[in-house]
Amino acid sequence: MKLTLKIWRQKDAKSTGKFVIYSLDGISPNCSFLEMLDILNEDLIRKNDDPVVFDHDCREGICGMCSLYINGRPHGPDDAVTVCQLHMRKFKDGDTIVIEPWRAKPFPVIKDLMVDRTAFDKIIQEGGYVSVNTGGAAEANNILVGKENSELAMDAAACIGCGACVAACKNASAMLFVSAKVSQFALLPQGQIEAKQRVKKMVKMMDELGFGNCTNTYACEVECPKQISRSNIARMNREFMCAKMV
Amino acid sequence: MNSSFLRFSSITKKIWMAFLGLFLMIFLVVHLGINLCLLRDDGGAWFNAAAHFMGTNYIVKVFEIGLFAGFIIHIVLGIILQVQNWMARPVRYLVSNKTTTPFLSKYMIYTGCIVLVFLIIHFMNFYFIKLGWVSNVNISADGEPEFYIIAKELFANPMYSILYIVLFIVLGFHLNQAFQAAWQTLGVNHPQYNVCIQRFGTFYAIVVPLGFIIIPFYFLLIH
Repeated sequence: MKLTLKIWRQKDAKSTGKFVIYSLDGISPNCSFLEMLDILNEDLIRKNDDPVVFDHDCREGICGMCSLYINGRPHGPDDAVTVCQLHMRKFKDGDTIVIEPWRAKPFPVIKDLMVDRTAFDKIIQEGGYVSVNTGGAAEANNILVGKENSELAMDAAACIGCGACVAACKNASAMLFVSAKVSQFALLPQGQIEAKQRVKKMVKMMDELGFGNCTNTYACEVECPKQISRSNIARMNREFMCAKMV
Repeated sequence: MNSSFLRFSSITKKIWMAFLGLFLMIFLVVHLGINLCLLRDDGGAWFNAAAHFMGTNYIVKVFEIGLFAGFIIHIVLGIILQVQNWMARPVRYLVSNKTTTPFLSKYMIYTGCIVLVFLIIHFMNFYFIKLGWVSNVNISADGEPEFYIIAKELFANPMYSILYIVLFIVLGFHLNQAFQAAWQTLGVNHPQYNVCIQRFGTFYAIVVPLGFIIIPFYFLLIH
């Protein structure tokens, strides 16, 4: 495959970036998108150029590190996959591919396509956990959990925190991420003790960090590689209302 | 951002917007009921009586305060949320978003602004006359505005009628997205009820604006 890549290059957080055009030839359609970028980087290193910086880790679609906005879609044109699981067969020979970093005020660009997603960690620090006393392991069946709730909690817990929801949302809202983290605990008995504090503190931090407000376009749900449902946002709103009123 | 109004959380602001939006949708049905009186060939007797009742009844007057507060808060919150949303992405993407989303869901602020412009025109033509803020020749001997004649004269103008029709189509699009979005914001999302909410919202967004649109057609083509 012959490709033209238009990639955002930015020296550091303080520099003004720009798009740089690269040409690549001989790319296999079976190559993954990140492997294609590796080939480009090897080429750049051979030419004594600065390689393109991008986040990646497990390359198995489970860590949530890869974060590229490709041709107007977070994680590219395939549905329900991260960039590392995207393959070049999804593109046509001769295509021009525009690659941009996640764009949101709370996700500043560190270099090129790599953004700082510490904002998500700060939200998690506000309540994305349960406090338990250490000691002997309790009997597993002491606290019974309904099948429906355990399934929904597991679905919410599938969120890998990649930030595609923020990148896809026209308002750079983090509601899907925060609601998934609130829901996974709100649905289980273990999460009830800190439930009210959790939702209030996580929403407060989300607002303070400068994420936008949800306007119900549901682009987040469409682009989420783990298919987190917008029903979690409704659940978080219910949890928030109850926490504020009671 | 120092105002206490702005310090409400994003969800609190959205919940108020949703709640007030649903309240305004109920009011719109009442308004349609009064407007449909224009279709009676009685020289405006029913319409003027309904307008007189709405303008003089004390219970209605109390609701009127709530209604105006609802309008203003809904509009102000919408603008605040939108400004915050623009601020949340200071650097835009080169390629605009290609994600498939519900039709016009991304343009609620714009459809809302168009409705607001119409609302101002509408107030200038009717409500402000009642308050005496705008002068009009169609005032009866006892000082009551002749709303039937005012409406009839306005709808006799094809430009006004076309504007009225277009704006109610825009309102229909606004309401179609708004109804289901309001319930989602209020925490109502269940596979069993989502389809019903969606369908009722679409039904409302077609039937209510259509009810209003019939009126200029009646005055332009039949009356």
